[in-house]
Amino acid sequence: MSPIVKRKGEKFTLPSKYLLLILSILCALMMFVTFTTTFLSGFLSNVAGFMIVPFQSGISKVGSYIDARVKQFSEIQRLLDENERLRAQVDALTTENTNLQQDRFELVNLRSLFELDETYEDYDTIGARIISKDAGNYYHTFVINKGTDDGIQIDMNVIAGSGLVGRVISAGHNWAKVSTIINDNHNVSGMVLSTADNLIVSGDLSTYADGLISFSKLVDTENKVVVGDKIVTSNISDKYLPGILVGYISTINTDSNNLTKSGMMTPAVDFSRLDEVLVITELKQTVKEDS
Amino acid sequence: MRRVIYAFLLIFISFLLQTTVFRALNFGGISPNLMIIVTAAIGFMRNEKSGLLVGFFSGLLIDIFYGDIIGFYALVFMLTGYLNGIFSRIFYPQDMKLPLSLIALSDLTYGGLCYIFLYLLNGKFIFGYFVMHVMIPEMVYTVLISILFYPLILMLYHHLDELDRRANNVV
Repeated sequence: MSPIVKRKGEKFTLPSKYLLLILSILCALMMFVTFTTTFLSGFLSNVAGFMIVPFQSGISKVGSYIDARVKQFSEIQRLLDENERLRAQVDALTTENTNLQQDRFELVNLRSLFELDETYEDYDTIGARIISKDAGNYYHTFVINKGTDDGIQIDMNVIAGSGLVGRVISAGHNWAKVSTIINDNHNVSGMVLSTADNLIVSGDLSTYADGLISFSKLVDTENKVVVGDKIVTSNISDKYLPGILVGYISTINTDSNNLTKSGMMTPAVDFSRLDEVLVITELKQTVKEDS
Repeated sequence: MRRVIYAFLLIFISFLLQTTVFRALNFGGISPNLMIIVTAAIGFMRNEKSGLLVGFFSGLLIDIFYGDIIGFYALVFMLTGYLNGIFSRIFYPQDMKLPLSLIALSDLTYGGLCYIFLYLLNGKFIFGYFVMHVMIPEMVYTVLISILFYPLILMLYHHLDELDRRANNVV
């Protein structure tokens, strides 16, 4: 018998350095494809959306359920005391309420006279729950549990309470990704409500820890803008609907060019305690250029 | 085959934990990086190839959900897994120092690469702030979590080794 025994089952294996090279090229290709087309992000997003989002939804539901139960127990005693106190207050307030209702009636009349009801309360909104946040610590993006099936489209504005949160940057069937205005690479065209001067609001990783984001390119030759002024989204923004509250100015400095001003502002929304948001189902009207 | 399924499950579970549970358990806005723990651990416990494959798929998952450019995190995680795989030659399961320092180093490298490609190339020169407020806290938290999380991965791999050995003895 021949000493050379043919060994079977000797599997072909690719050395790891070649695999590294191949996959690196694949990554570079994918980066190139996402830069030039939207095919890959759309396709992969939907595949992953079906796989991951149900789980994330479930976990955050369980999480908020447990959170609510724990709070329930710890708060019972406090609530009992509070109830006692509040009952007394109710009586006092009922009297006050009657007076106020009269005032309110007057106010409504006056408001309609001044036609001041053109705020963003008229926009149609959808409520959505935040189901997961960015995997890294470098950006502030989050995923909500509503998607194209609920009528959400890319670039729709997202608000919470009374202020601007950000906008939808990608959407799957049952989820959508929202980039917030405190993101380092996120800029919003805004204006000062009192003087209608335009400015640019930009997110800033380094100052957000203090609850501030920066604004710049404010042209205010008459020095009318003061600390505390409201900043709202401007009419000329091509992504944001006009008149949504962004925040309040907290410091102003004149730039070294003596033409523009910049400084810090406090966002109207508390981003660290964001749980539910509203998506405005109306897109900013833009002029399509004829080609 | 069994290992592949386990690895996918591990990636899947740590991604879910990282984006939901640990985002809620943050300290000062900083959450631990479980994906780096998984990638690095499989890298130095197995070999370069396992590390880079696990890294590639972990990164791809993050890319799809949170990356602006698909392929960037995949590349970063893949390199992390591959480099950790080199250390599999001096890895002993009893030793805890090497794994933890490798995980810490991986997280720092990951943070550094993120800074270079996502901030520096955007013209943001805030490296000092970035190191003090993101990279170091994230590393410390990640290492703390990996003291708990890493033995679980190690146990899983011992279990898989045991199953393999049994299968080979029977034949």
